[in-house]
Amino acid sequence: MIFHEILIVGGGLAGMRAAIEAAKKVKDVAIVSRVHPMRSHSGEAQGGINAALANVEAGKDDNIDKHAFDTIKGSDFLADQDASEYLTYQGPETIFEMEHWGCPFSRTPEGKVAQRPFGGAGYPRTCYATDKTGLYLLQTLFEQVIKANIKVYEEWVVFSLGSENGTCNGVIAYDPNSGELVPMGANAVIFGTGGIGRIYINTTNALTNTGLAMGAPFWAGVPLKDIEFVQFHPTSLARSHILMTEGCRGEGGYLLNNKGERFMKNYVSEKVMELGPRDIVSRSIQTEINEGRGFPDGSIHLDLRHLGAAKIMERLPGIRDICLSFIGIDPIYEPIPITPGTHYSMGGIDTDIDGAARMKGLYAAGECACVSMHGANRLGGNSLLDTIVYGARAGKKASEYVKDKEKGPKTKTLEEALKKEESKISQWKKGTGEGNPYKIKNELSEVMVEGFGIFRNEQAMAKGLGKIKELKEKSKKLRPAFNGKRYNYDIIGFYDVRGNLDVAEAIATGALARKESRGSHFRSDYKTRDDQNWLKHTLAYFTETGPRLDYSPVKITKYKPEERKY
Amino acid sequence: MVEFNIFRYDPDKGGEPYFQKYQFEPEKGMTILEGLIYINENLDPSVAYRASCREAVCGSCAMHINDMYRLACKTQISVMGSKITLRPLSHLPILKDLVVDLNPFFDHFKEIKPYFIPKEQPPQKEYIQTIAQRKKIDAWLDCILCGACYGSCPVAGKDENYLGPHALLKSLRFVDDSRDGGAKERIAIVARDNGVFRCHTVFNCQKVCPKDLDPSGAIARLKMKTVFKKY
Repeated sequence: MIFHEILIVGGGLAGMRAAIEAAKKVKDVAIVSRVHPMRSHSGEAQGGINAALANVEAGKDDNIDKHAFDTIKGSDFLADQDASEYLTYQGPETIFEMEHWGCPFSRTPEGKVAQRPFGGAGYPRTCYATDKTGLYLLQTLFEQVIKANIKVYEEWVVFSLGSENGTCNGVIAYDPNSGELVPMGANAVIFGTGGIGRIYINTTNALTNTGLAMGAPFWAGVPLKDIEFVQFHPTSLARSHILMTEGCRGEGGYLLNNKGERFMKNYVSEKVMELGPRDIVSRSIQTEINEGRGFPDGSIHLDLRHLGAAKIMERLPGIRDICLSFIGIDPIYEPIPITPGTHYSMGGIDTDIDGAARMKGLYAAGECACVSMHGANRLGGNSLLDTIVYGARAGKKASEYVKDKEKGPKTKTLEEALKKEESKISQWKKGTGEGNPYKIKNELSEVMVEGFGIFRNEQAMAKGLGKIKELKEKSKKLRPAFNGKRYNYDIIGFYDVRGNLDVAEAIATGALARKESRGSHFRSDYKTRDDQNWLKHTLAYFTETGPRLDYSPVKITKYKPEERKY
Repeated sequence: MVEFNIFRYDPDKGGEPYFQKYQFEPEKGMTILEGLIYINENLDPSVAYRASCREAVCGSCAMHINDMYRLACKTQISVMGSKITLRPLSHLPILKDLVVDLNPFFDHFKEIKPYFIPKEQPPQKEYIQTIAQRKKIDAWLDCILCGACYGSCPVAGKDENYLGPHALLKSLRFVDDSRDGGAKERIAIVARDNGVFRCHTVFNCQKVCPKDLDPSGAIARLKMKTVFKKY
């Protein structure tokens, strides 16, 4: 039976950074990843990574405390403040580490790492490498994984955890090339599986970012925290919802309605304009569209023309390339049609500040985790930082945890876990329903936009939750259309759908219960934040009949919750 | 109506590969990848292909589309016409349908020491690199390791030991980086029998690269560095 002292699930930035850190202390570290590490969704991150380096003139007064405060204020005070502080205090060191590993950041005239303004930040704090920061960071970490000779199980999809007595002993994975379910033993498992954007139809996320990212721990009894907080990015390309980086606005791009008006002045101060935090800018854009000030295709315009060809080619070449290839528009000459798109999950596998989940031997980092440092709304540029800072921390803590553990797989536990999955699959093969999993997946993704999008209310959410439950019933009767062994996407699709449905139900249940508006969770029937009753984290536990909710306190260090004004 | 003619091979069944036709009405703006998804979800779930980002960044979906190696996600159905033939990448073992074994491709990549080798002890903050120095590597950075260049390269087809355009381009990315100190050992690697001098300058890699990179140019530059020992 396969065994590694530390097994990392997911080969994106968080997973690879965790692996590199763990491998410093522990010999036997491996990564198991649904896609080859270079195919990870981290590579699609564009605009940059935050750290208070004060490298540019306009940011010379910036410091790590201001970064911490901006992050906590951006979170609408739901973040655990010690987690945000750790994130931001580690910022400069993290950038230097990536730079010392060769990451090709863009440069200031002095030859330092270049920084640009981003939303919700008091200073130009976002370090960037043109508009391909995620790709270059991913390359950098993949290079280090090669250098450290860390084993990667490529394209193996983890379906479930093997655990006994509240201790994680490994995972069960599908190897598409052999077509087998494979038990993989480990003394510690670190999840770095990324986001769940594909639960929504209008997402910027990759096709592989499904509910399965959080499914396995959730099904094993590990709670999801603050899962109702879903970030809608203000600017995704019309139709395909490909991300148009916040850097477009950071470099000075305008948002225009059909009257040619820079409407953000009606929502935030003139000083902030397009660079408000994402939740507020997305709501503003959606309001313009809802009130008839959008364009006939239902979009708002992101206008870069006044930046000029030179700046666009130098700072935003990737954006121009995407626009040319996917919509036939050259942003040098034409505005870009955009709408908000589902982008990021602030919530995720509940962990403490060490990345430890509520199961011994299980850790999580990056988007799939909720520490929580982003609270109810994440600032642009903080997620890349999160993956590296907390990836490293989870890797370090896991390597300390496995130090005295006996090496070798818990064969019995894992064989039982394997049997459980095999019986699920054979049960599914006996299904009598008409379903193909994709129909359910697609229907759910529309239900989520309708019921649990930018604007929420009791009625729409109750209706949405009803629909989710109906789809869940339907999903029980699914049967496969393809029974082949190797590269059976139906098997993966089956787990994706179950992950999507169960995480969607947790989002819905958490959102319905939370009778306030905070950050990305905006309810038109409860329009204000209610610290008296709701300054607390939601915990959703999986049960067969639907999620059970519990709550946990928010950690406050020195920033008293105040009204959030921009 | 569009017709997808797809290369099929099922290792469970063995036997000879064959082509299978699928017809459907494409939506406006539909890409080849969206067509494949449509087929999977509605017509035949058994067709295997790789895909993830659907925005030409992850490099999963390189394949031979009609006349050329392209990314399925970046190619519009309407541009390709009403009959579209899809084949897997060449020169690599076929696992199922459009999925190939990329291990040889990544093994070559690993041969060139594809990681930063510092020239000097890192400073307390970042290395100082001027805008001009940074610009020097700009053209070599964007490789997404999709394999289109490798599939199109006749040398890679004849010689499985050839490092390939992707690995050579990556090598230059470090050689040209003002912060990197590994030029000498890197040049020694690409100067071997399976390196830059195996390139016949056919320019296919340059033609097919979905990120508009120029591996041919990178190889030419490495050849000069190898000959003149200027690095």
